[in-house]
Order: sequence, then structure tokens, then C-alpha cells
Amino acid sequence: MARKPTLAEEAAVSGVSAGLSEDARLRMYRSIVEIRETEQRAHDLFLQNLVKGTVHLSLGQEAVAAGCAAAMEPGDLSFCTYRGHAHTLARGVSLEKVLGELMGRDNGLLRGKGGSMHLTSVEHGVMGSYAIIGAHLPIACGAAWRAQYKGDNDISVCFFGDGTANIGAFHEALNFAAVWMLPVVFVCENNLYMEYTPIKDVTAVPHPAADRASAYGLDRILGDGQDADEVYRIAKTAFDKARSGGGPSLIEFQTYRYSGHSRADPAKYRPAGELDFWRDTRDPVKIYRKRLLDSGVDENLLASIETETRRKVDEATEKCKAAPAPSADILTTDVYADGGWAWRN
Amino acid sequence: MAELTYRDAVARGIAQEMTRDPDVVMIGEDIAKAGGVFKATVGLYDQFGPKRVRDTPISEQAILGAAMGAAMTGLKPIAEIMFSDFIAVCFDYFANEYSKSRYMTNGQVKVPLVVRTGNGGSARFGAQHSQSVENWCMMIPGLKVVAPSNPRDVVGLMAASVRDPDPVVFFEHKSLYAVKGEVPDGEIVDELGVAKVLRPGSDATIVALALMVPRALAAAERLQSEHGVNCEVIDVRSLVPLDTQTILGSVGRTHRLFTVEENPRLCGWGAEIVSIAADECFYDLDGPPVRITTPHIPLPSAEALEDLAIPSVDRIVERVRTALAA
Amino acid sequence: MEVLMPQLGETVAEGKITTWFKSVGDKVAPGDNLFEIETDKVTMEVPAISAGVLAEIRVPEGEIAPVGAIVALISEAAIVGNGAQSGSGVQPVASSGAAAAPIKAQQPAKTQPPKAEVKKTGPVKLDPYREVRTPERNFGPAQLSNGITVTPLARRLASEANVDLSRVRGSGPRGRIVAADVQSAVHSGSGRTAAATAGGPSLAQVKALYKHVPYQEVPLDGMRKVIAARLEQASQSIPAFYLSLDVRMDRLLAVREEINAGARKDTDGNPAFKLSVNDFIVKALAMALQRVPAANAVWAEDRILRFQQSDVGVAVAVGGGLLTPVVRQAETKSVLAISAEMKDLAARARVRKLKPEEYQGGTTAVSNLGMFGIRQFTAIINPPHATILAVGASERRPVETENGGVKFVTAMSVTLTCDHRVVDGALGAELLGAFKTIVEAPSSMLI
Repeated sequence: MARKPTLAEEAAVSGVSAGLSEDARLRMYRSIVEIRETEQRAHDLFLQNLVKGTVHLSLGQEAVAAGCAAAMEPGDLSFCTYRGHAHTLARGVSLEKVLGELMGRDNGLLRGKGGSMHLTSVEHGVMGSYAIIGAHLPIACGAAWRAQYKGDNDISVCFFGDGTANIGAFHEALNFAAVWMLPVVFVCENNLYMEYTPIKDVTAVPHPAADRASAYGLDRILGDGQDADEVYRIAKTAFDKARSGGGPSLIEFQTYRYSGHSRADPAKYRPAGELDFWRDTRDPVKIYRKRLLDSGVDENLLASIETETRRKVDEATEKCKAAPAPSADILTTDVYADGGWAWRN
Repeated sequence: MAELTYRDAVARGIAQEMTRDPDVVMIGEDIAKAGGVFKATVGLYDQFGPKRVRDTPISEQAILGAAMGAAMTGLKPIAEIMFSDFIAVCFDYFANEYSKSRYMTNGQVKVPLVVRTGNGGSARFGAQHSQSVENWCMMIPGLKVVAPSNPRDVVGLMAASVRDPDPVVFFEHKSLYAVKGEVPDGEIVDELGVAKVLRPGSDATIVALALMVPRALAAAERLQSEHGVNCEVIDVRSLVPLDTQTILGSVGRTHRLFTVEENPRLCGWGAEIVSIAADECFYDLDGPPVRITTPHIPLPSAEALEDLAIPSVDRIVERVRTALAA
Repeated sequence: MEVLMPQLGETVAEGKITTWFKSVGDKVAPGDNLFEIETDKVTMEVPAISAGVLAEIRVPEGEIAPVGAIVALISEAAIVGNGAQSGSGVQPVASSGAAAAPIKAQQPAKTQPPKAEVKKTGPVKLDPYREVRTPERNFGPAQLSNGITVTPLARRLASEANVDLSRVRGSGPRGRIVAADVQSAVHSGSGRTAAATAGGPSLAQVKALYKHVPYQEVPLDGMRKVIAARLEQASQSIPAFYLSLDVRMDRLLAVREEINAGARKDTDGNPAFKLSVNDFIVKALAMALQRVPAANAVWAEDRILRFQQSDVGVAVAVGGGLLTPVVRQAETKSVLAISAEMKDLAARARVRKLKPEEYQGGTTAVSNLGMFGIRQFTAIINPPHATILAVGASERRPVETENGGVKFVTAMSVTLTCDHRVVDGALGAELLGAFKTIVEAPSSMLI
């Protein structure tokens, strides 16, 4: 009996355009470029000591965020990790607000109360960036449970790294979602390293997420995270399935991060030449740019997207530099629903 | 007016709220078809159906995470953690998720939910199924913490907790489940953050919570009849928000403060109350405040040992009597 | 462009530069590694984030710099010519001319970014640093000098009822005094303090005395309580003595009249100023303190504080009490300036609009009852002052002339109260003598 083709295989044969209009693909390119430029700026601002604390960058992983966001509908919900700038931007959150939050300014997305690791914009469907590994997988299940209970049409999409596949909450959430047939899609961004350690050194199977799918009765879905078109196709297929009552999916995208785990990590553990290989041959910006040029898009159009994006990042940077620090009166607001922090009478 | 057990009051309180609001749903291990391991949710599955009363796998993180995801997108979930000791395996949701989300998203994410859990000792369950851990939750900004001592309060505080817009941890005392009490007919809704003076008195204030409340009341009766000491007994009911005014007002009248806690000594909730009283009631105190607690030990299983550990009526009488006589 | 020592980790404060990959004069492009740093936690390369020429290395290899320090400068002058690429990973399109814009925008601000200031937009409802409210007031020590301890409530009750705890027997453990002990002492009257008796008979006793006479009860306002407490303390605790002297006033009054007559008048005929005798007295006392600096001092528990400037208080009667505003550095001010200042201070004192800093401090004070015809009196020192000058009325008095006849002169009696802890008899006499000399030769006050 012939083996059933995997989702990725199905997606691969469905053709390059995959039902995406040129407009939609240009939007995806714009998103990829915006993430790249904003993350690069976050990196530079860190070196200028204008971003304090820590930042976890998605340089090299832009296509996963852009492709998945393109496949989502406006009411769909994103649940992100501390490496969440890319997914937040991809859902349409202003990059000025993101940079402002990183810089601890009053114009920040959360007015400085969250910081780099907790970007959230409920109005954009970005339901939070969670800095405790694995914590948000069950939370995404709960949002999907609500949609199922109320008959709402939205789905929940939960992004996480390869390291998460080894924590308990991952397995609890996968089982829970599968048993309850919840409209949730788990998207693993396998960038080869859990923090400072190669993921293969600490995982019993080659593909930390995809190889676990069968334990929960789910398909093994593995995709190229550097190719935005492929990300889009695989994601769209899984999202449609969830939306139509087909239950959860677990997707593992192969990707690569150019920087260390956080800004404190020089990433010395990587073998020589590995970064260059990915940057030269597997860069999501280069791949998608070439794809668009090959399909006949005018290069000037792409150049104008790039120029305009850099201008936006520059303008946002200046606005953030000029913005004041958050005012002292928000220190104690929003601890409780009454708006304050009082615990006694 | 009906006489209900504490466990029946749990189901009645939940049913009252599920009837009122279709967004109130309930999940947990064995809570639906089985009616709960403590039989505190019997009848709810039959009354409200499998969609609203739902069994989960043994996955405490999944239960609490799912409750949060549902709460932040529009439901009012009641999640059960069977034994409060198990809070330790899903503490992330209390410590990092429920409590911090509203603050760190600048008010965007709201988490209105209730976590019910079987708390406390004197049931001979041993060290991992007997602890009183309300103090673990009391210390976290963003959480509310409730612990009723009688069937009527179970209904009223359950309603208040479900209707509260903040995450509430609702500690049901396992050794009170079988206790009966009068519960008025009709809807009962209390207010969080209101302590009750259950027995007025002039010589000393005894502050207690959950199972320690009936023990403090019994001790007060004996202190009166055997030693002529007239104690005021206060049921704290809600640790967060904390009704300090009722407690401090009482100390202002009696000038002596005793707390009766099931928590082990270090950082039990009574420490906070004594600390506040030491600050604000200092010149009302006519003797040192006294904390009567479980010692700094894990709880043993054997009846003879456990009864030595958790504050008893005898121990309360003795400590109050000697402290006042000193 | 300043190159900074970056944050090297979440918790690292400084880094050592181990290698410079570029030398001064080298061209650098964004992304080029500039230098390597080492801390106890990491070793990492730091890339350039702008294009240009490495103009200066301020922290050479092997040296340590704190996070945020400027370690090098990149000159941007060279950019214009070489068309260096922007810092992004996106390949710029050479033909599109798109590269120019980002490079320009990559230039850093010339100055450091504005230090983000905390702006206050409104009061925080509760004080997050005082979640628990500790009483402001203390009620005496927990342990008495005889070693007996007292409970907090007993201390408060004793303080409120004026009970001397050293006379109370404690019934608590090891003789601890508890509230009940204080209450029984109050009932029996056994613990009443000396102070309580010194304060006079009790309220009940006084009322009993006048039970057949109609009276009105006047509750004490804040000012009356302060006056009562301070002057009771002063009269009990200050070892005071009194020096009296007559001062000839003829010349001062003549000078005063002459000056006042010369005051410019406005259209209604009102003079621009009118100097009072008291204005001259303040000036004279200020000058006297300069001539006798040892008396320009106050008592401070276990030492004396001596001052250079003469700050002179002036008692002003106000409805229901008195206030003593202080003329600062009166020795440096003209009589006219003192007059104007006193007019303002007195007016505001009468409507109780003085700020505390306007009636606190000073080393001495003047109390003048001359306008009421009082010939001579003594005043109570206003602690912590060392002296106070009581000034009587100027009046015509007969004196014996050199040839044995009698003539009338204008004279004024003054009495200086001195705190013996600060001012001894001879010193007080010296101060009063200097005052007399100045008043009797008033031209010295006008220069």
C-alpha cells in the first residue's frame, strides 16, 4: 500500500504560486524585509546601549513568521515566545511600538511594562509572548477550546522553538488538543539550537517536534522554514483543517538563527562555516527576492519596498529616541482588574 | 434554609453560577462523570452536560493553561486541581502567567477564572496530599486567594470568585467537606475581602482560616467556660484582598492578637497579619502577638502524629491561656 | 559615530578588549567585526553598525572598559565617496539608488539621546512604598531606667494620662507593666507625674472650685497649646536671670522724627514710610550682638551654637496668642529696610499667614510693651534662644544735672533675660551695655 503523502509533500507538488496573488506575495516580502530590518535595528540599538536587558532576535527566521501570518485570517490568534518580535510584526503591529517597547519608552507597545520578551497586541490577535518555555501551548489550547465551545470561527496558532519539544507542557498540550480535537496549530521553529546546545545532542529523535507527532495521532509535518511560500502552503493547509473541525496539527519548520540565543550569547558553539552556509544559500530574504524576480516581478518594485522599509525603521528609531520614559504613575496600575494594586483595605 | 454539607455547597455554588452565565465552564480530573474524587461536583455533569463540565487528562499544566486561554478570550472557567499539593507541578501558571499577564501587557490581557483545589490536613493523607498551601498563592501580586470555613460561605464566596474579574484561587478544605451547616435558600453572593467576626469578645482576638475557624471557635468557648477569658474569633475568609480593618479594629479593642494557621511556621499567612498589626496596632498591643501554627515539618500520615502537628482545640486553648496569664 | 562597550550579558558591568580586528585608518562597513571582548561570562566579537573609517581607538587591547564607555570613533566623512552598504541583510539594489537613503539615516544623532525623564502625570492612589502605615508618634521607651519593661499599649495609656511609669508596679511577667497596671494607677491617682502636679490642679479640681460661678470653656487651639508647652518648658528648664538698664532716648527720638518728617508723601498726603522706635531697637540689638559675639548663641542640649549673623525675633501679638517672626541678618539691613520687613511680617502674622521658616530660628527676641505704657517687665526666653529683651515705654523722667539741679529727659527701661547656660552675668551686661551705647548714639545705626 502506498504511503500517504505528507502535508509538506502535498504542498510541494501544489506549485510555486499556491494560490497566492502577486499582491499577497509582495505583502509577504514586505513583511520579511520589515522583520529583517527591525531585528537588525534592535541589534544595533542594543550595541548603542539604547536597548537594555536582553533581546532574542529572529534574524534568519523571518520566513516562518511572515508565511504563517499570511496564512492566518484577521481574527486568528497568535501565541508567541520570548523570541516573538517577528510574529508580532507579522500580524501588523507597528514597528515603532515594538522598538519603543524594546527601548523602554512610553510609546512602547506595553509602555515599558512588558519588554522585549512579552510583546502583546490583543487587537492584532497577538495574545502574548511567553517567556516560560512551554507555558503558552496549553494556553493556546484554552483559546481554541473557547472557539470550539462558542462556535467561533477563529483558530489559535502557537509558535515555539525546538527546545520546547522536550518540556512537559508540550506533551500535555499536544495530548490535550488531540483528545479534545481543538482548532489549534502548533508551529515549531527548529533553528538547530536550544539556547547554547545543539538540539540533536539533547533529543531522542532527529526532529524534536515532527517525530513526536505520531504519539498524539497527528501527521508528521516537516517543512522548509526559509522558503516563505512553502511555509505559507503548509500553514494554510493546517489552518484550514483546524478551522473546519479537523483538529490540531503540529508543524516543524527547519530554520536557522543568525545571532546567538540572546544578545549575551556570542554563539561560539556553532561549527565553522555553518552560519555562512545558511546566510549565503538559505537566507529567507534572498530566497524570496529571487523567487519574485524569477516570477517576473519588477526589481524596482522590490527595491522600493526595501527603501521604504528602511525609512520606516529609521523614522521609528528617531521617534523612540525622542520619546519619554514611561510615567511613574503606571508603576502600580493593572495589577488587578480594578486598575490598581491594592491588596488590603 | 437547608442544611448542606460543605461538599454539597461546592456543587450548589457552582450550579448557581453556571445557571446564571453560560460562559461559566468547568474542567478537571474526574470532575464530570465521576463527580469528583471528593464528590464535590456531583450532579453538575448531569445538569449542565459534557460540553460545560469536562474531564481532562492528568495534566495539571494543560488544565491550568487551557483555563487561562479560555479566560483571556471570553469564558469564565472553573478549573480543579484535585489536591492543592499538586499546585507545585503547575505553579508556573500561578506565579508567572495568571498573575503577571494583565500587568505586563499594560492591561490588555484579562484572566478571569477560578482554580478550585482541595487543601489542608487532618485526613491522614500524608505529606504530599495534606498541605495547606494558601500562603504559596498569597505572596504573588495579581492573584486573589479565598478559603471558606463553612457551607454558607462556600456558596457565597464561590459566586464572588466566579464573578470576580481577576484570577481567584479557591481553597476548599478537605477535612470540612463532610461538615454540615445552614445555607439560606436562593442566590447567595458574597464580597471578596471581607472578614467576619464570628464570636465577639473583649480579652483577645483569634484570627483563623478554613478548618482552623471551627477549632478557634471551640477553643474560645472553652476559654470562656473554663478560664473566664472572652475571645473574639475572626474568620479571615479571603487572604487577598485582605480585610485588615476588621482584624486591626478587633485588636484595637482586645489588645491581644493570636493567629491560628495550618501553614507550617515559616511565612505562613499569620506572619503577614502579625507584621501588619505590629506596625499599625503597636500601641494597642498589651502583649506580644502569638502565632499558633503547624511546626516546620512535613505532615506525617499516622493519626496520632498528624494531630500533634496541626493546631488543635487543646493547643489553641493552652497557648491563649498561658499567653494571657503571663 | 561613537562605538560603545556594549552590554555583554544581562548581568555584566564591564568587558576587556582582547583583540582589535581593525586599525585606525581602516575602512569599516556595517557587520564588520571591530573588536573582541571578554568577560567572566563570554567572549564575543562586536560588529560595526555604521560605515566609515576607524578614526580613533580609545580602549586598546588588554584594557577593561565599563559598559557604555566609548571605545572608538568611526568617522563618517569617508562614506560619501565609497558607497558602503547599509547594515541590513537585505541586498541593496545598486542600480536603484536605494542605498543612499538608509546610509543617511544610519547616521547617529550628534548628541546623546535625550535622557528619558520620568514624567509625573498624576498622583499614585496609594503609596507603594508604605503599604503598611507605621504610627508616626512614639510613646517613650519600652524599658525604664530601672529595667522594667512596658507593653506598647501601657506606654501609650501612660503617656496620654500623664502617668509616671517609674511609680507603677507591673503585674506582667518579670514585672512588665501592662495596660491594666496603668489603668489602676490612673484610678488610684498613685502614678501621677510631677509634671502633672506642676501643671496645676486637675481639670476636675479647677471646675470644682468654680462650680458656683458661671464660666465659658475655651478649648485650646494649636497655637495656644504650643505657647503653653514651650513656655512651660522654658520656665522650668532654663536657668534664667534678669538684667535691667535705663536708656536715654532723646537723640534717637529726634533722629526718628527728623527722618519721618522727610518721608516723601503721596498725593493723599500719606508718607512713604514711618519708622517706629521698635525698628531702631531691632537694629540696635542686632548691632550689639555683632559687638558681643559670644552672646549671639543658642543652647543645643549638650553644646552651644554660636552664630555670625544677627537674627532677631520680634514678638507680635495676634488674636489668641503671639508669634515671633525673625528679622534675618538685621545687622546688615537699614532701619528703613527693617521697618518695611517688620510691617509685612506683622501684618501676615496677624492673619496667621507666616511660613514656619519665617518664625523659626534666631538667637534672641525683642518683646516691646512700651506702646501699652508698661514701664518695665521681664520676658520668658523663647527656646532655644539665649536671651530676650523686654522693652518698656519711653517716658519723661527727672534726672539730676551735673550742677545738682533737676532736668527732664526721655528714658526707657529695658530688661534682658539671659539663659545662664549660654550667657553669664558679665556677658549679658556687656551685651546690654553695647545696646545702650548704640541707642544713645543713634547715628551709628544710620551708616
